Amino acid sequence: MKTLRLHLVAALVVALTALGLCDAARADAVDHSLARFAADTFDQTQKAIEEIAVSGHPTAEDVLSALAAGRLFVHTADKAVLYRDAVGVLRSARSGEPAEVDTQALKPVRVNNRVRRSIEAAVGSLTLLSADPEKRRQAALAVLKSRDAAQLPLLETALARESDAATRASLAIARAAILLLKADAPDTDRVRAAKDLTSRGDQESAALLRSVPPDAPESVRSAAAAGVTKIEHRLAFWAYLQNMAYGLSLGSVLLLAAVGLAITFGQMGVINMAHGEMVMLGAYTTFLVQDVIRTRAPGLFDVSLFIAMPLAFLVAGGVGAAIERGVIRFLYGRPLETLLATWGLSLILQQTVRSLFGPTNREVGTPSFMSGALEIGGLSLTYNRVAIVLFAVAVFAVLLLVLRRTPLGLQVRAVTQNRRMAAAMGIRTDRIDALTFGLGSGVAGLAGVALSQIDNVSPNLGQSYIIDSFLVVVFGGVGNLWGTLVGALSLGIANKFLEPFAGAVLGKILLLVAIILFIQKRPRGLFALKGRAVEA
Amino acid sequence: MLKKLGKAVGAVGGLAVAAMVAGSINTAVAQETIKVGVLHSLSGTMAISETTLKDVMLMLIEEQNRKGGLLGKKLEAVVVDPASNWPLFAEKARELITKDKVAATFGSWTSVSRKSVLPVVKELNHVFFYPVQYEGEESERNVFYTGAAPNQQAIPAVDYLAKEEGVQRWVLAGTDYVYPRTTNKILEAYLKAKGVKSEDIMINYTPFGHSDWQTIVSDIKKFGSAGKKTAVVSTINGDANVPFYKELGNQGVKATDIPVVAFSVGEEELAGIDTVPLLGHLAAWNYFQSVDTPENAEFIKKWKAFTKNDKRVTNDPMEAHYIGFNMWVKAVEKAGTTDADKVIDAIVGVKVPNLTGGTAEMLPNHHITKPVLIGEIQKDGQFNVVWKTEGLVPGDEWSDFLEESKPLKADWITLKCGNYNTITKKCGAQGL
Repeated sequence: MKTLRLHLVAALVVALTALGLCDAARADAVDHSLARFAADTFDQTQKAIEEIAVSGHPTAEDVLSALAAGRLFVHTADKAVLYRDAVGVLRSARSGEPAEVDTQALKPVRVNNRVRRSIEAAVGSLTLLSADPEKRRQAALAVLKSRDAAQLPLLETALARESDAATRASLAIARAAILLLKADAPDTDRVRAAKDLTSRGDQESAALLRSVPPDAPESVRSAAAAGVTKIEHRLAFWAYLQNMAYGLSLGSVLLLAAVGLAITFGQMGVINMAHGEMVMLGAYTTFLVQDVIRTRAPGLFDVSLFIAMPLAFLVAGGVGAAIERGVIRFLYGRPLETLLATWGLSLILQQTVRSLFGPTNREVGTPSFMSGALEIGGLSLTYNRVAIVLFAVAVFAVLLLVLRRTPLGLQVRAVTQNRRMAAAMGIRTDRIDALTFGLGSGVAGLAGVALSQIDNVSPNLGQSYIIDSFLVVVFGGVGNLWGTLVGALSLGIANKFLEPFAGAVLGKILLLVAIILFIQKRPRGLFALKGRAVEA
Repeated sequence: MLKKLGKAVGAVGGLAVAAMVAGSINTAVAQETIKVGVLHSLSGTMAISETTLKDVMLMLIEEQNRKGGLLGKKLEAVVVDPASNWPLFAEKARELITKDKVAATFGSWTSVSRKSVLPVVKELNHVFFYPVQYEGEESERNVFYTGAAPNQQAIPAVDYLAKEEGVQRWVLAGTDYVYPRTTNKILEAYLKAKGVKSEDIMINYTPFGHSDWQTIVSDIKKFGSAGKKTAVVSTINGDANVPFYKELGNQGVKATDIPVVAFSVGEEELAGIDTVPLLGHLAAWNYFQSVDTPENAEFIKKWKAFTKNDKRVTNDPMEAHYIGFNMWVKAVEKAGTTDADKVIDAIVGVKVPNLTGGTAEMLPNHHITKPVLIGEIQKDGQFNVVWKTEGLVPGDEWSDFLEESKPLKADWITLKCGNYNTITKKCGAQGL
């Protein structure tokens, strides 16, 4: 028995030598590393990542990216490690060959933030010399984050080879980040690194420059300190613009929420407490549209919001017109009763939605063209906010056109200015009332489509906007659309400039106090209507 | 005029609420039953969280009845709707105790609603179970706290971040009300005791339902760029979380750069968000749906069957009710009666299994033992448990990290006091 085993071992040794001992040893090491994944502890997983990254094994990159994406599995029975590649084919981590196994027995390898950071760094080092420039750029970013001094030689090689200017810049910054903090690098290199980082001039560079240890040579420290001051100076300027952008964005949200109210309350004088619920109905319509698209036509997802817009307008507008016909028309000229009735309606609508859709938030997805951020200099504008600003402006412009340039608009203005005269001219005032209220509610529905992108789609969605909407309309001047625009934007911007100093809570209080004082001084708001119509 | 308006508004509000409450469920049975009060908001802002807890109570009671009830009698749930209206909580609690004669009540979510119920349950000597993680600094004879105290959630979470992620700079962000304020006060004291400097702590409060997070997220980014590892400890409550996480995703704050650990975000809250940008952000709880134990699998199966919805998720306060209800059942069996005084004495020391493979014990301070789990958000809206305390952590009602409450102690067995000052040896001291 013993001799047999010896024979076997001998045979194996011979065979291995024949195959190339070097390869076999390497393969063994990879097996050993892969086996660490089966241990299912983060420490072992991290070790495995480090080992695999330097193993030079052909599947290394695939295995690590699969791990990052949660596509790396361990077979519960034989502990084999498998991964699902980007197109969904299950492959052996050892050989990269497609594998046929029972997917029920596969357990994904768990990762946490620490492990995720190691993967990013490891994949970075593996793809620094990749043929794809985008991958090289990602790799440079990963190295910038990990600042692993061991990557320096590789980085130099990559830099020497690089032809793409943008990627070259990223690589140079990554090198500067490593050099700056490398205690044994020549001082001149470190000072140059500090200068490179200063010229990049973003928050990350400032962070790097700040982290220069106090035991670094004087020249390095002073270069870093000068860099930090310079970057801070630059960032302060951009922060001002950024704040302005935030203010505009908040203002446009307020504008969207309030512009419908500017019609129902501003033009018609109806204190419509159910206005917020029209916004909510618009948001829920968006949810329903996306729900149908998800199950029936997933390809249309990116245009779901455009499909939702007319539907939300119709749904909210329809409900609004029905409310006007069913309730409000009996209450014209009795503001107190209108207020109470519409408030009751808002509660009824909320509870109806709660019973239909449940009390929990509904998920409304963001189309791909609206995710991410646009970077201009030190300014970062998120696409969904930009889209909302544009949308608000468009809605406002269309509304203005409708009121100023269409027969409906003419009739609306006629009826709101002098109902009896308009009736005498042959306008069916009750029909116009319903249409106006429907229009205002429909616009609120449109606002709901936009707000579904930045807020919760829950039965309470409308409540959080109703107070702000009234504030904007009253502040801007009742009955004046331009007033609503200016009111919304100035409230938004004022809020954003108060927030950094006063905090969100106190900022809001200060703003309310300011508006109360303003209304004392100018009871009719910013743009007061003048003339006989006001007195009537 | 204004006064009139206010009155009118109040009247309409009352009517609307009354209409909603009319739906209170009475599963009346002919023979004598033991009534159990369920005091959770089914309408208003808190309905989002509390409706689930009402359902889980109905499920637990139904299950107990299938097992033969309690003391040979059937249990009967009395559900009322306090409509997210804090004073109404007190009114409804009084109605449950005096009119419906319930033997025990399970309810409340927010601390302010618990504080509103407190005087009523004390006056009428009732047994009340509170299932949500809270700020501590309280122990009452008639209340049993089955959710986490700060040392069972906040402190271990901070320890995890400091140890595992090497965090040195802290953003404490919360909604502006009592739970975040107290928790952040405790955390600030704790961090400073651990040597964190004041300039490395940023505290930020926002109003309820805050939806415009642009400035705050960009402040956090800026704060995080000081060259030290930064993390956000979030006590942001309820609806405000969704826009907060969306903004984080939009501004490109990734969990690998600045992780956010939340104390009020569970499976239920994530059900309304696209979780892909949240990958790796953390939550600290005493229970996650993803915990792999036979008890939990059984519970989830029952819950899905009860709600007839395969997508319904379970969360931490649900487990707290599971534990609290089972403790009450055991205590009543032990005492042989539902009499409040006897149950209050009998329940201390009662042990029931929790859903994460451990045992929950009711302590003399009316808090329970719990494991602390840290989970990372995954793509499917579930949590991946990345860390767990070795054993069970007993709930500490009076925080040891606040000067005012350090010497205080609650013990309802030997001291018969919820706020005993160990220095002056007197009961009735004031904490925070």
